[in-house]
Amino acid sequence: MTHRDGLADPVRFVEDRTGAAPLLRKGLRYLFPDHWSFLLGEVALYCFVVLIATGIYLALFFEPSTADTVYHGAYAPLRGTHMSEAYKSAVDLSFGVKSGLLLRQTHHWAADLFVAAIVVHLLRVFFTGAFRRPRELTYVIGVLMLIVALLEGYLGYSLVDDLLSGMGLAIGYGVAESIPLIGGNFAQLIWGAPYPGTGAFESRMYIAHVLLFPGLLAVLIGGHLALIASRHHTQFKADRRASEGTLVGVPAFPGQAGRSVGLLFVVAAVLVALGGLIQINPIWQWGPYELALGTNGAQPDWYLGWLIGALRLMPGFDVTIGSFTLIPGPFWGGILFPGIVFVVLLAFPWLERRVTGDRRRHNVLQRPREAPGRTAFGAAFAVWVFLIFVAGSADRMTVFLGLPYVSQVWFYRVLVWVLPVVLFFVVRRWCTALLRAEAIEALQHEAEEEAVISRPAGAASQVR
Amino acid sequence: MNLLRALAGWVMLRLLARFSRGSGRLPEDRPRIVAPQPPHPRAEGLAVGLLLLAAVSGVLFVVLYALEASTQLLGLALAGALLAIGVALVVLAKRVLPTEQLAEPFPEPDPEQADEVAQIVRESGDGLTRKKLLLAAGGAAGCALGAAAVAPALSLGPLLDTDPLYKTPWRRGVRLVDAHNEPVRADDIEPAAFYTAFPEGASKELLGAPLVVVRLAAADLRLPRERVGWAPGGILAFSKICTHAGCAVALYRSPLYDPTEPDPALVCPCHYSTFNPATGGEVIFGPAGRPLPQLPLMIGRDGVLRSAGDFSGPVGPSWSGVRSRRPT
Repeated sequence: MTHRDGLADPVRFVEDRTGAAPLLRKGLRYLFPDHWSFLLGEVALYCFVVLIATGIYLALFFEPSTADTVYHGAYAPLRGTHMSEAYKSAVDLSFGVKSGLLLRQTHHWAADLFVAAIVVHLLRVFFTGAFRRPRELTYVIGVLMLIVALLEGYLGYSLVDDLLSGMGLAIGYGVAESIPLIGGNFAQLIWGAPYPGTGAFESRMYIAHVLLFPGLLAVLIGGHLALIASRHHTQFKADRRASEGTLVGVPAFPGQAGRSVGLLFVVAAVLVALGGLIQINPIWQWGPYELALGTNGAQPDWYLGWLIGALRLMPGFDVTIGSFTLIPGPFWGGILFPGIVFVVLLAFPWLERRVTGDRRRHNVLQRPREAPGRTAFGAAFAVWVFLIFVAGSADRMTVFLGLPYVSQVWFYRVLVWVLPVVLFFVVRRWCTALLRAEAIEALQHEAEEEAVISRPAGAASQVR
Repeated sequence: MNLLRALAGWVMLRLLARFSRGSGRLPEDRPRIVAPQPPHPRAEGLAVGLLLLAAVSGVLFVVLYALEASTQLLGLALAGALLAIGVALVVLAKRVLPTEQLAEPFPEPDPEQADEVAQIVRESGDGLTRKKLLLAAGGAAGCALGAAAVAPALSLGPLLDTDPLYKTPWRRGVRLVDAHNEPVRADDIEPAAFYTAFPEGASKELLGAPLVVVRLAAADLRLPRERVGWAPGGILAFSKICTHAGCAVALYRSPLYDPTEPDPALVCPCHYSTFNPATGGEVIFGPAGRPLPQLPLMIGRDGVLRSAGDFSGPVGPSWSGVRSRRPT
């Protein structure tokens, strides 16, 4: 070594001991295709980072115990009230711990945005055909993460043991019991006893919320990212050089790294600002949960709205043979409906392949119009789920707008089936019309060009 | 201590040397890898300013924390620091550091290697003469070990036993008490009002415990024939737990002014299952599949409401086989 080099020497040190330089060298120049919609997945990832950071802090104060205690804390309206240690510690965290409320609310906002970012990311991947070969597994892992994220969020607000928690858990218990044949036993196995279950149930939720599901999410995220890195990101045909065989993008360093880490900080900033400024899940207002209590104004987090809607829209219908109940009603909205949605999502890459017969590898994304059948199906499917989600807020429409609840439910029961079918044909038509218009324009363009080129020399300035 | 001081001094010297020398340079004869980037002093200045702002905002957060400032101020300070850093990084990445659009071939699959993997596995098994038997035995061992590993999980709750689901704390003669354990007297039950009651001396946290109690005009009752006498003085008691998904039936639709139609109904706020108390808890709207279980009442000599037996059906959400038995 002739002279010292403050940058190269440490890198050589690392390479000497680990042999990591080739990997680092490749990683620094790994290419990221550039499009704003490719950041949606990163937003979800960074919400997860914020969730872990804030969640660890909350866990330092939260007591997962249903043991009875009497509240004597800072929040006057609840003083003297019997409640669980879990609820008490969550209220104390909100009022008695400096910056506790900020981090609790940031955690809650991050959970809501985490699921939202996953859903929007899923829509982007679906409507651009990014899930096609060779990226089916990346897509499947993504859908699995959505399922785990929903369960994780549900457990999160269920742990607190306020009135909202209890109502949500009662519904979860009812849905678990409705599984044909095994439901009665399955629900008791999870809860340890008939609802509201044993004290150990709180510990079960806690370990699942702070270890099992976050760990599972971390593993799935790792797999998701590893597969993306291995097959590389898809791209739009934005650059002349971009093709099925050639990737055009910004290198990880220095181009992408700064933007991506910048996005991490911006996402964290937005979540902290929301957590500081906009109240979410005011647990002290609901009060402690008791079996005999219910309230009309309690709404779950947004990502459970579609299940509430499905449970509400489904007419009372138990499949009963003689005096034997085979399938209790909550099964339809609570298990069959999300089951159908996730099975269709998980199987979609292979379903589409069956219909189109397209088994080729794809690295270039489609615009939605370029796959009219998929876009029409996706729009109909999304609107089907969305309408059921909206139906879950019919009671709020009754309160705010005075619309009769029963009429609304009947309206949605019809609309939920009619609108998606209509939409399927409208969207398919629209896509093909857009494609045709483009084709005609291209032909005209070509004709003009030919006209230009066929003119005498000197005028042929317009070249493709 | 001396060693520590010497170490700190050395680090300081190194740092000073770094700054005075500029960044250490690799030999100049190498071709560039990263595209050259013209300086952009204004953007660089902006980034420096933003990072200083982040520093100020971060310090502000610590100060506000120490002063026990409001959640709003804490949030603004921390979000300000994070946002300033985020924007500074984006400014640096977009303006100051080179952003190149490079092209390279997409990775291709390697079927040759894949086939070799399969070949290695296949050839490794050449010496096996009873592959199927071996696989079957391995499968049996795996399944058995899996079962053994899962078995302890069955301790989580009662297995193949739905009896606990039929249990309720109500027996003939049990008095109704309110949330403060005061006995519920028949005379206190007003029409068009809604009461919650529990069994005296039993836990209120059992699914079969809570009741809703309402009073209708005796003439309006249209109870099934076998329940005649279950509602002394028109007072009816039902399980408060919705038969759909287990929420508390916490709403009573009983309009006090016109229009007073339709008839009074018990409503669950979770999914709006609606039950008709006059006909013994029949479902008149919503997703519930079974009527609300009715509890037969009697009025004791002390004027307090008492249970005259157990519910008309199992309490709480339904499970497979729920209708096979009466509660006990």
